[in-house]
Amino acid sequence: MVVPSSKLQDLIEEIRGAKTQAQEREVIQKECAHIRASFRDGDPLHRHRQLAKLLYVHMLGYPAHFGQMECLKLIASPRFTDKRVGYLGAMLLLDERQDAHLLITNSIKNDLSQGIQAVQGLALCTLSTVGSAEMCRDLATEVEKLLLQPGPYVRKKAVLTAVHIIRKVPELSNIFLPPCAQLLHERHHGVLLGTITLITELCERSPAALKHFRKVVPQLVQILWTLVTTGYSTEHSISGVSDPFLQVQILRLLRILGRNHEESSETMNDLLAQVATNTDTSRNAGNAVLFETVLTIMDIRSVAGLRVLAVNILGRFLLNSDKNIRYVALTSLLRVVQSDHSAVQRHRPTVVECLREPDASLSRRALELSLALVNSSNVRAMTQELQSFLESCPPDLRADCASGILLAAERFAPTKRWHIDTILRVLTMAGTHVRDDAVANLTQLIGGAQELHAYSVRRLYSALAEDISQQPLVQVAAWCIGEYGDLLLEGSCEETEPLQVEEEEVLALLEKVLQSHMSLPATRGYALTALMKLSTRLRGDNNRIRQVVSVYGSCLDVELQQRAVEYNALFQKYDYMRAAILEKMPLVERGGTQDEEAKESKEAQHSEAAVIPTEPQTSKLLDLLDLLDGTSGAAQPPPPLEPSSEGTSVHLLDLPCVSPAPASIPNLKVFEREGLQLTLSFVRPPGTPALLLIMVTAINTSEADVTHFVCQAAVPKSFQLQLQAPSGDTVPAQGGLPMTQLLRILNPKKAPLRLKLRLTYNHFGQSVQEIFEVNNLPVETWQ
Amino acid sequence: MIKIFLMVNKQGQTRLSKYYEHVEINKRTLLETEVIKSCLSRSNEQCSFIEFKDFKLIYRQYAALFIVVGVNDTENEMAIYEFIHNFVEVLDEYFSRVSELD
Repeated sequence: MVVPSSKLQDLIEEIRGAKTQAQEREVIQKECAHIRASFRDGDPLHRHRQLAKLLYVHMLGYPAHFGQMECLKLIASPRFTDKRVGYLGAMLLLDERQDAHLLITNSIKNDLSQGIQAVQGLALCTLSTVGSAEMCRDLATEVEKLLLQPGPYVRKKAVLTAVHIIRKVPELSNIFLPPCAQLLHERHHGVLLGTITLITELCERSPAALKHFRKVVPQLVQILWTLVTTGYSTEHSISGVSDPFLQVQILRLLRILGRNHEESSETMNDLLAQVATNTDTSRNAGNAVLFETVLTIMDIRSVAGLRVLAVNILGRFLLNSDKNIRYVALTSLLRVVQSDHSAVQRHRPTVVECLREPDASLSRRALELSLALVNSSNVRAMTQELQSFLESCPPDLRADCASGILLAAERFAPTKRWHIDTILRVLTMAGTHVRDDAVANLTQLIGGAQELHAYSVRRLYSALAEDISQQPLVQVAAWCIGEYGDLLLEGSCEETEPLQVEEEEVLALLEKVLQSHMSLPATRGYALTALMKLSTRLRGDNNRIRQVVSVYGSCLDVELQQRAVEYNALFQKYDYMRAAILEKMPLVERGGTQDEEAKESKEAQHSEAAVIPTEPQTSKLLDLLDLLDGTSGAAQPPPPLEPSSEGTSVHLLDLPCVSPAPASIPNLKVFEREGLQLTLSFVRPPGTPALLLIMVTAINTSEADVTHFVCQAAVPKSFQLQLQAPSGDTVPAQGGLPMTQLLRILNPKKAPLRLKLRLTYNHFGQSVQEIFEVNNLPVETWQ
Repeated sequence: MIKIFLMVNKQGQTRLSKYYEHVEINKRTLLETEVIKSCLSRSNEQCSFIEFKDFKLIYRQYAALFIVVGVNDTENEMAIYEFIHNFVEVLDEYFSRVSELD
């Protein structure tokens, strides 16, 4: 006896009635068993009902694969009710991965050629949803025929199917090119929308189609114009804007067509201006259209006035209270800031406002945009804002913000003191989040700014005294105190309040850093080395320092232990060398990797193309000789003393020991003033043809000593110059021991040698500075 | 291009899901839970567009139901926002007094 099958509604009610998951499953399993039995028996009358129930069950997440063949049978049946459910089932159950799906191809073909609109519609829908590549290939011509049928219902569906076919099988696009032009004359918005989408797809996939469709730009302009200027039309209006979806699609297509193409862009200019000014912006629909317009203006080759209009619209969006609008405005401004920097600058205050948003994605965007907007004129104000943001921002943005501020400060710092101040503040606030090379940058910056040594060491000392947990800050502070401890203890500095610091306090602070469990091993290393350096700078005896150093001689950390042992040795066996080894470090040269990193982070921040390349910091700071070519190949004092490498013991003892090999280049007297004479002697070692050694000898025949004598040299860019340490800085009077200094010049290109010398010294109670170029250099020096 | 269309309620149950690109069945539930989590954690103050993996989510809340649409980069977010509302209006028009359970 066949139980009369229940209707779908009854099933739904039953399922809803189930109180628990288990009960529901029971009901469904029972029903599925019924359905399976009924399928086996092959009852044609109620098949559609069974399938409908099965589809409902499938939507709830239960397996329904046994219904696939039934779909096929239903599709093939002549009755509309059957077909309807059958196609629906096909769309849900028969996707590409099922083997059975190809079987419906034939049915679809038959249905497409039948005259009944509803049936054709069903078939087209199914094809567009689940059509695989083979099916599409078979049925493309049929679909094309339907594109030009009189009724809009079928045409609409046919167009959408065409879109799907093109997505699946791009080679078939040629079939659909010709009807498009005709379809554009449609009045029915549904067909029009579909056509525009079709054309967009075609243009995106093939450049030939793109060229073909450039011809229709005037037509599109016309359509959009009518849309925008006609009054209210009940059928198509959404909150006052006539069919915003169609408008947006047309604008997007115009964008694709106008990109990089002058002619099309020109035809669009008026229209875009019209849309931009006339659209009602009180509701979201209008804003959506406006946003698309702005994107289009930015992408095509529009006139400058139009671009400014677009940026102003974005600025207006920023002031809007709706968060969504602000979000899209910030995103687009970020894209625009490279090309229209000045226009965006006008909206800088609003962007800065947006930093204070509670919404994380908005504040992130605002941060990126603010960092991109920093330039030399607004850098102080902007960093102020960014620093206050840094204090209050969520932790995931901190790292970006901190590195952004540091980078901006580096590029645009108006004065060194401001730069140091800014870095200090950033380190105090967000020290743990800065990049690793910030410490190195800061130490180099401070090292180079000679006049600010006293100031920076005081600031750092006070910061360190307050808080020793921020590792980068501690490292920099320890280094500075070590280097400039004497300046710290001097007690007077115009730029900060007078700070009386006792030696004991300084030592106590460094010991605290050493012992604190918050300090990283690297920080401890810095602190230990600083203590060592202080042993020469401080006036008191060094017992305390010796104690600390010997204690760390048995520390568990290998690095610290090594340092401590070596320092101990310095105290005991090599005490006479201690002063020389621990004297003030010369400026560390920034390596090539620094420049590359700076370049990468610049790109990552979408910065302007016209940014000054970061010259090596040292050349800016030393600011020596504006050289012959206008670029500085500035001289560097002897090879740098790295604080973090293994002991400081042996490197500085690498004094020049190259004995000049016999060569016959005559000496050259280059300078004479009031008894001070400077002579150059040249040596070309035979082993290295590109190398030239110059010995600078200074002799003083006057009655007064020449003191604080410093000789610096500069050469053109293609040369490499190395100045070795001079033998002293005093040239004693009356022909006493001459002072010598060795210059090593590498000339790989054998270019003509040009040399400029700069001398500073005190003589007869006056300080003298001389800059001159060495003429008459013998040819043998560079050939 | 729209990639995902989801209707999820506040308790996290998916009421309707339509994927326009194929995603494995087991990955779907995972994806849905993640999407729901990100939507539910937003307050009223925040904007309706979320960046999620390689596409953007645009969501709109109607009583206890969230309608979430996932799109790729080329779409205009605000137009999609409008579209969601249009969809709900059409459902309302067609079925009158439509509610979550319907």
